[in-house]
Amino acid sequence: MIETNDLSKQFHDFMAVDGVNLSVQGGQILALLGQNGAGKTTTVRMLTALLNPSRGWARVAGYDVVKNGHDVRASVGVLTEQHGLYMRMSANEYLDFFGQVYGLDTNERKKRSDNLLEYFGLMEAAKRRVGEYSKGMRQKLALARAMIHQPGVLLLDEPTSAMDPESARLVRDEIARLKSSSRTIVICSHNLTEVEALADKIAIIYRGKILVQGTLDELKKNVLGSPEYVVKFAETENVNFELPTGVELISRTATSLKVRVEAAEESNPKLLNLFASKNIPVVALQEETRTLEQVYLKVMAGAKGYQYVQ
Amino acid sequence: MFNKLKPIWLVAKRELRDQLRDWRVLMPMLILTLCFPFLMNEFAKQTVDFLNQFEANLILDRLVPFSVLIIGFFPITVSLVVALESFVGEKERGTIEPLLSAPFDDWQLYFGKLLVGVMTPLVASYSSILLYLIMVSRQNLTMPSASVMTQLFLLTAAHAFLMVSAAIVISVQSTSVKAANLLASFIVIPVAILMQGEAVMLFWGNERVLWLGIAGVTIIALLLIRVGIAHFEREYLLGREIDTINLKWIAKTFLLNFSGEAKSLWDWYTRVLGGAMRRILPAVFFVTLIAGVSIWASYAWIKDNVSDVIAMATPEDIAELEKSMAEIGELPDLSEIQGHLSAPFLFLNNTRAVALIFLAGMVSFSVLGIMLYMVNIALIGGLYALFELLGINPLPIFLAGVAPHGIFEIPALMIGSAVVLYFGATLVTPQTGKSMGEVILELLADWAKIFIGLVVPLLAIAAVIEAYITPSLLLGVIGR
Repeated sequence: MIETNDLSKQFHDFMAVDGVNLSVQGGQILALLGQNGAGKTTTVRMLTALLNPSRGWARVAGYDVVKNGHDVRASVGVLTEQHGLYMRMSANEYLDFFGQVYGLDTNERKKRSDNLLEYFGLMEAAKRRVGEYSKGMRQKLALARAMIHQPGVLLLDEPTSAMDPESARLVRDEIARLKSSSRTIVICSHNLTEVEALADKIAIIYRGKILVQGTLDELKKNVLGSPEYVVKFAETENVNFELPTGVELISRTATSLKVRVEAAEESNPKLLNLFASKNIPVVALQEETRTLEQVYLKVMAGAKGYQYVQ
Repeated sequence: MFNKLKPIWLVAKRELRDQLRDWRVLMPMLILTLCFPFLMNEFAKQTVDFLNQFEANLILDRLVPFSVLIIGFFPITVSLVVALESFVGEKERGTIEPLLSAPFDDWQLYFGKLLVGVMTPLVASYSSILLYLIMVSRQNLTMPSASVMTQLFLLTAAHAFLMVSAAIVISVQSTSVKAANLLASFIVIPVAILMQGEAVMLFWGNERVLWLGIAGVTIIALLLIRVGIAHFEREYLLGREIDTINLKWIAKTFLLNFSGEAKSLWDWYTRVLGGAMRRILPAVFFVTLIAGVSIWASYAWIKDNVSDVIAMATPEDIAELEKSMAEIGELPDLSEIQGHLSAPFLFLNNTRAVALIFLAGMVSFSVLGIMLYMVNIALIGGLYALFELLGINPLPIFLAGVAPHGIFEIPALMIGSAVVLYFGATLVTPQTGKSMGEVILELLADWAKIFIGLVVPLLAIAAVIEAYITPSLLLGVIGR
């Protein structure tokens, strides 16, 4: 698990990370979203015990990042922004080296390395020098390195960037599998669709500060407001009616109605009952699709001080 | 213990494999290893033929050891290429972060890089030397003694460690490979001068001095390793990416440390300079101890050695000495000495001496600076013993001729040297959260504070006393 309190990092007079509070349990995925330079990499580096916090504390896999840096590094798997591959080594040699770094015995190294290479479709190229690999293959190998010691905590910076759709799907499936095996995972990504599909919690960071964090539903509700529903009528309706409490009218046309609903489970049946009582035939009651992208753009617009236009 | 050392070998092994696949490292190493013994052998043959005409046997005897020294050195130069990019190269290639994220301790990573930096060039060096010795053995040349060969092998290893340890310090502190390569001249030039000195020692043929040379090179290499580990910060390796010299920051950091944001001169003296003095207090204690040992050692040495020389002097020697004295003519009139030794002259001379101690100490982690200090302070003991041997009671002379200005001059010298000792000791001590640049700037500010605020005023007072009071007192004691 990962826990931070007031985690901050200052470089001379530049505050790179400012008072970050996070809590990620085993079996959870946290996605850190933000612009380039927002403080995501610095946060991850503090969680890897590469940078010492200027203020606050962080515990990763039960270890304090300042006092037990060595143990933290042994417990996490990191996929860095730059892949960090040795170009003159083969994939086999590379994974074997990191297997040794993490203290695995020869048989275990071979077994795990073969499994990962097989899974990521690199087995055929396993003896080729990494320098000859494509960008996507390098990304997959770097990911395999992060997983070789089966760490309890995974910190992944853009895990599917530069990958073809098929490979990206493979990686997402693997991340989901790791999550189900109680791993704690932090992903830094600009791929919001991917984050929507994978993350249990999302934090948006801007200029070192976390602006909002929570589950996707919580963010949608807190940032975009209560869910919106569209009611479509079978024919043109001009009947006047009063909406039940907890339902707010956004817009109305002759054939449809757009409302904001506080608690759908309570309000929607009331709404349908209302139309039934007024003999207004309803053909559809549908929730308006709201994406993480909308949440992100609205949060960033608020942070930068301009109006968010949907 | 083995488990602690295993990661070192792991880092070294990976890098070694990388090196052996890199033609840019392999080719120069092979060329230097295989070609130089042949070239040197040819050079030796020509030199032997030439020197035989003049029967210069001594030079001939030293030719092979000298050649071995040179042959051993060339492959080691490759170590610079490897070591200079050990950390900064990984940073540029983007491979440093996974390595730093691995569960290595700083010293394990550091020694892994050091080991591989030394290992390959040293193997190449020794192979080259052996190849040359095989060639020598098949010709009519004198082989060096086992003792000299041991010295040469050790010296070659010491050179490798010295160059690699310095290069790794540069590699850790540099922001790019380009910057590291530019800084390499700070290694190449001193080592080239060192090699010339060692060559002189070899031709001189004094094995004891050469052993001292080996010890000196090894100590500096060990200190460099210590400095490298002390200032190895994962944070700085990842953080700094810009190569520009930030003169504004340098000036600001220095001035801030120098002024200590003092509100008045009194505040500066009591709080800022006082703080610096408190920091160097342990060093003051050590230089006092060193002074005691140096004075006693020089006193004892003069008593032991010079008395023998005096005792062995024959009437002919004394007659010759008297003749030489007569040729010199009249000894200078001490009463006129005030005109020759002006206060500004004495002040500048002593200030220069303290500054020189600092400069020598700065480039050698205090070692050379403290050696200069020891020589200076040892003069007191030596002179004291010499007066005793000449049958003159030294106490009144010292009380009248040394003590009045010495009360100010000797503490100034001791404090000036204590800062140098503090400088070196701090440099080899880990300073968490500070870059090496910050540490050096703070140390320079401390030195400047103490030098300007204390040493210079003390030396000024001493110079005035020495120029205007000491000669009169001395004349009072010994007469004209």
